[in-house]
Amino acid sequence: MAESNIRYALFVERPIKTPACRGFSLRETVVENKELYFKRPPVVPRSIQGTFRRFKTAVLWLGFAVYFLLPWMPWERLDAPTQAVMFDIPGRRYFVFDLTVYPQDVFWLSLLLFIAAVFLFFMTALFGRAFCGYFCFQTLWTDAFVFLERLIQGERPARLRLLREPWSSKEKLLRIGGTRVVWGVLSFWTALTFVLYFGYAPDLVVAFFTGKMAAAGYITTVVLTVATYLAAGVLREHVCTFICPYGRFQSAMYDPETLTVHYDRKRGEGSVGRQPARAGLRTKEERQIHGYGECVDCELCVQVCPVGIDIRNGLQYTCISCGLCVDACNVIMDKMGWDRGLVRYDSEVNLDKLVPAPVKIHWKSLKVIGYGVALVLMIAYLVFDVSNRPEFEHSIQQIRQPLFVMLSDGSVRNRYQIRLTNISGKEERFTIGARGLPVGALDFGNFENVYVKNGKSVIVQVSVKLDPSRAQRISEFEFVIKSAHGHEVVDQARFFTRH
Amino acid sequence: MADNAHSQTSSANVQTTGHVWDGDLQEYNNPLPLWWIYGLYVTMLFALVYWFVYPSWPIGKSFLPGTGEVVYVNAQGQEESWHWNTRAKLLKEMQEGAAAQKPYYDKLMGMSYEAIAKDPELSSFVLSAGKAVFSENCAACHQSGGGGKLGFFPNLTDDDWMYGGSFEKIHQTISQGRRGYMPGFAEALDKEQIESLASYVLSLSGNKVDANKAAKGDQLFHSHTAACFYCHGDDGKGRQDIGSANLTDKVWLWADVPSATDDVSKLAAVKNVISAGLAKGVMPAWDGRIKPEQMKLLTVYVHELGGGK
Repeated sequence: MAESNIRYALFVERPIKTPACRGFSLRETVVENKELYFKRPPVVPRSIQGTFRRFKTAVLWLGFAVYFLLPWMPWERLDAPTQAVMFDIPGRRYFVFDLTVYPQDVFWLSLLLFIAAVFLFFMTALFGRAFCGYFCFQTLWTDAFVFLERLIQGERPARLRLLREPWSSKEKLLRIGGTRVVWGVLSFWTALTFVLYFGYAPDLVVAFFTGKMAAAGYITTVVLTVATYLAAGVLREHVCTFICPYGRFQSAMYDPETLTVHYDRKRGEGSVGRQPARAGLRTKEERQIHGYGECVDCELCVQVCPVGIDIRNGLQYTCISCGLCVDACNVIMDKMGWDRGLVRYDSEVNLDKLVPAPVKIHWKSLKVIGYGVALVLMIAYLVFDVSNRPEFEHSIQQIRQPLFVMLSDGSVRNRYQIRLTNISGKEERFTIGARGLPVGALDFGNFENVYVKNGKSVIVQVSVKLDPSRAQRISEFEFVIKSAHGHEVVDQARFFTRH
Repeated sequence: MADNAHSQTSSANVQTTGHVWDGDLQEYNNPLPLWWIYGLYVTMLFALVYWFVYPSWPIGKSFLPGTGEVVYVNAQGQEESWHWNTRAKLLKEMQEGAAAQKPYYDKLMGMSYEAIAKDPELSSFVLSAGKAVFSENCAACHQSGGGGKLGFFPNLTDDDWMYGGSFEKIHQTISQGRRGYMPGFAEALDKEQIESLASYVLSLSGNKVDANKAAKGDQLFHSHTAACFYCHGDDGKGRQDIGSANLTDKVWLWADVPSATDDVSKLAAVKNVISAGLAKGVMPAWDGRIKPEQMKLLTVYVHELGGGK
């Protein structure tokens, strides 16, 4: 009976104090624990000042400013909504500043996603999970929610005290209830802002509050409000730990040279272990005599951690590399008057050295350079392709019903449908010609010049007629479509005389 | 049962219902998980709501109609209202489609054929909407795309127009229909005469034939014995006012000469037509079967199929 109560758990609850345990803590550790599942205590992070906190805050402000203000940015356009970024789904066109993207440009989107993925790999190879800690929207919104929580409920001790109090306490009701209301408002505005990207924002906001918005708009708003509230207010670090796949495959991309947040175990633990800075243990020398390291076990690094881990247990799969523990430890080291960087960005190889060298970025590896080259090539191609997009789209289809027609004088006729879509931004005149055909073989009907309005398509039917002897010889030719601005496309076409 | 090791070890841990038979026979109490049970209740609740929102139970001669409603304006301009059902939704969709096409049709009716053919936007509409109307009404005979079927239905994509290829003539053909007829000559002429005539007809479109027979056929063609020239004309080019075939071009309507591999079978194909005659060249009149605007659309569409004349 007693044996079956020992379960194998995948999380470390008790730090194992051996210097050699650096590395992934995703390892099986025997923990005496009655249930596989146990309720995890809520993480109540303490706020901290420092370099990484300032960077995170800057990213947060920038990200929020872009996300919340972009739908409201006006943009001069002649015949389309004057909104800088707008995804016009019914019109099947997507306005991104001066660029209008059509569904047929989906390759740009796929290329952009490829670039984003490789950029993620590139950054991960250099700095570990830098995306998770600073740029991920889960991190940003959680950060914002925690900021609001602190604003209303106070610093960590006050929040912990409120958590312990019963709901009958008026203060708890006011402060925690108030926080949740504010969270709800932020969630709602986040959701509504998302919807605003899909229509003319000022009209949509009015439509929303007058009940005139499309059902899809209301459904999206409700779903996203709930999702934002749950993800940033309730689930928080559980999203990163149990739901998000990116963290996991980023872990798989780590090298021993990858820079990540590490605790310098040798420096911190000494030969005996960590010890609070009691009387007689306040200077480095005093501590060295007793064999203690420089970690004063203040646990500030644990208190500021948004995912509730102890970085001193080594690199962990739950760590999102946000650098707040680095800030926390630096504050303490400054107070003690010791060197900063007991917890710092460093690589495993460097930490394994007897005397760790100054931190530097290891970019001279095939992986990093390969990602970098791929990134540069893909970005260059995307920029080239976007800036060299034709002024019009075209497709040439041979009419196959019937494939060819025998005419009364014995010559053979093939017909083609040419679809021209004008995306140049203004009305345009096109001319259609052919190469590799005898004079007079191409017949445009009435459309030697085709006028197409901006954003519109026109189908033109042309026919090619060849006398019997030429029809036997010519099986391929080229269509040449020219815009009035001299932009020209050439497309292959086939000529059939038999099935 | 009692010596089953499994039941012995686990029976101590599992609650029983308290029922005992035969002294020691007990029943485990393993209730369904709560989330499962609540899931069932939720689906029940969903069903209840669904019954009232969508049409469901029959009640006497009527039924629960649901809360939804499908409203649309029908072709006669009257508003129709149905309880929610997929058929009404289809009708509504069809009506919306027709309404979307209406401005184009209105434009079409107000313009001359030539102007329509020169307008790029309307031409695109003719190509796409015309294809749909053609597929619904004409393709059964003329095939989708208008390629026709040799020996049965004329090819509309070539430049040979039996009754004329102007917009007006095409409109007339569609609205009033056509009835092609050629008498059989099996009884009036002997086999040799028919063979001579066939040789002459083949020679008209440049096929290799026996020159003697063709010369005899030439005489017969222009004589009052066979009297072919009455309909096909002195030069054999046919008359569009009565729809007689042009025998001098390379387009064949009834005799399958193009797919014949040798001279004998070419001759046989033509002889066949001369001796049996034709009474199957019938096209029904479409006046009253399709709307005037559809007829105008089809006229332009068919005109563009063959490049027009």
